[in-house]
Amino acid sequence: MTTIASTTSKEKFALAAETAAVSRGYWTTVWTRLVRDPVSVGCAVVLLLMVLIAVFAPLLAPYDPSQGTMLKRLSPIGTEGHWLGTDELGRDMLSRLMHGGQMSLMMGLLPVFIAFAIGTSLGLIAGFFGGWINSLIMRTTDVFFAFPAVLLAIAISGALGAGFINAIISLTLVFIPPIARVAESVTTSVRNLDFVEAARASGAGNFTIIRVHVLGNVLGPVFIYATSLVSVCMILAAGLSFLGLGVRPPTPEWGLMLNTLRQSIYIQPWISVLPGLMIFITSLCFNLLSDGLRSAMDIKR
Amino acid sequence: MFVFIIRRFLYAIPIALAVAAVCFSLVHLAPGDPLTAIIPADAPAEVVIAIQQAYGMDRPLLVQFGSWIQRALQGDLGVSVATGRPVMGDIALALSNTLLLAFAAALLGFLGGILLGALAAIYNGTWIDKLATALAITGVSIPHYWLGLLLVIIFSVHLDWLPSMGAGPGGSSDWRLDWAHLRHLVLPAVTMCFIPMGIVTRTVRATVSEILNSEFVTALYARGLRGRRIALHVAKNAAPTVLSVMGLQFGYLLGGSILVETVFSWPGTGYLLNTAIFQRDIPLLQGIILVLAMFFVGLNLLVDVLQTLMDPRIKRG
Repeated sequence: MTTIASTTSKEKFALAAETAAVSRGYWTTVWTRLVRDPVSVGCAVVLLLMVLIAVFAPLLAPYDPSQGTMLKRLSPIGTEGHWLGTDELGRDMLSRLMHGGQMSLMMGLLPVFIAFAIGTSLGLIAGFFGGWINSLIMRTTDVFFAFPAVLLAIAISGALGAGFINAIISLTLVFIPPIARVAESVTTSVRNLDFVEAARASGAGNFTIIRVHVLGNVLGPVFIYATSLVSVCMILAAGLSFLGLGVRPPTPEWGLMLNTLRQSIYIQPWISVLPGLMIFITSLCFNLLSDGLRSAMDIKR
Repeated sequence: MFVFIIRRFLYAIPIALAVAAVCFSLVHLAPGDPLTAIIPADAPAEVVIAIQQAYGMDRPLLVQFGSWIQRALQGDLGVSVATGRPVMGDIALALSNTLLLAFAAALLGFLGGILLGALAAIYNGTWIDKLATALAITGVSIPHYWLGLLLVIIFSVHLDWLPSMGAGPGGSSDWRLDWAHLRHLVLPAVTMCFIPMGIVTRTVRATVSEILNSEFVTALYARGLRGRRIALHVAKNAAPTVLSVMGLQFGYLLGGSILVETVFSWPGTGYLLNTAIFQRDIPLLQGIILVLAMFFVGLNLLVDVLQTLMDPRIKRG
């Protein structure tokens, strides 16, 4: 989960930016390559299913996720009527896992999405204008790189206090610096290319150059990088809830479920494994899909 | 090169100061007064002011920051709001446990990662490569706190081979290198080694296969070198990259152990941090984060300097 700061493949991003500029049918090529990769397609299908199940959980789930019967606490997996068992308050595990996807997926995707928007903008500004603006923005991100990601997320969450919004804020803050750094390095490499010079010579202003000529070349590489952060964010978000710093009970969320079921591992060990398994599968699929996307966009081979 | 090293040292100073500022400002991120934990809600106003004065909270922020830094440099990180003890002692003890765990996990992860990565690069495209790659991606995708729980269920609950909690007899202050203590270290260290193993495997695989395809290796083969001699050349060229990744990973082990320490009740900084958060013990929270972040800053500095010494081609700055 700590791949955040390993942006050693800056050259690769720069290269991807260049190829993006060359061919017109680039995204079509990427798409066909991605669709031909069975692993990527498999992961995309699994993730799509997860999202659909989470969104339609209120319709699909057999029970109310917050209603349990104390008489049926910690029923084992395979119990009739509750085929994934029940939790420590007798609530149906299947229903809770389905509903839990809503929060867990949102907490994995939303921070990266916001950080992608803010980080890319900061990186673009820093890379395009250079000079003291660059120094100001990039030296500030350097400070955040001095903290291990997990520590930073926990420190901010810990100071802000538990809660969904606070968890989203702390995770977003964690992911802005690495995204800004990648965006900055790609922008710097694009800024001095001939077509930018040509646009400037023909009288285009800064805003137009960024919007028309730079943005398209920067978004691709930064997007791949951001997709690789989703799995990190999923694990970290669930980790915050696991520590009691994310969403609060009784909201179903995989990390929180893992935390409350942890107390019962001597009674029903395998039920407590289930929410973690969901986090693992989701994060694995995001990772594999991100890898597939990266090699699909790497057209040089 | 020496200019670079000196400049790198000087650059670490403003970073360290800024990091301290971030740690300091954590207090003011917190909702409400940082002293709410010890001031009863119905305390009369003069008592509140007296407590604020005792903790120095009535002075301007910049003055508070200045004196905090000054005292931190002398090893005084303040007094715990919850226990009334100086936080430095607790943090030092916890840090030694975290370092122990991090070293054990790093040893396992780095050795495993180098071995797997090298094998994957040498047998590129074979089942060995695929297995190593699969292991690496599993290592970085698995929530380590869940892996820890899984290992506890298998090895403590079902098999009853290894303990699931604590650091062994005598607690944290009396650690010795014997089986009674080592058996407590096994599960948390194995849990934590997976992430660095995955990342190091990927790095070694990519670096080594790039070197193996480079012209100078072909030239070495042409000169008749085989096996171990070639491996030596490859290792020398891969070392700077792999080393820098390992340095970062070690830092992440220090900072990232909080979840694993919570699962195993390991008496380290992560466990202490968790306690600090739930008791809203802000001086303790600040102190732990400051110490860990400073460790990380120092580690990054060390890695950069070592890398420059090993590979004189690197001229940065």
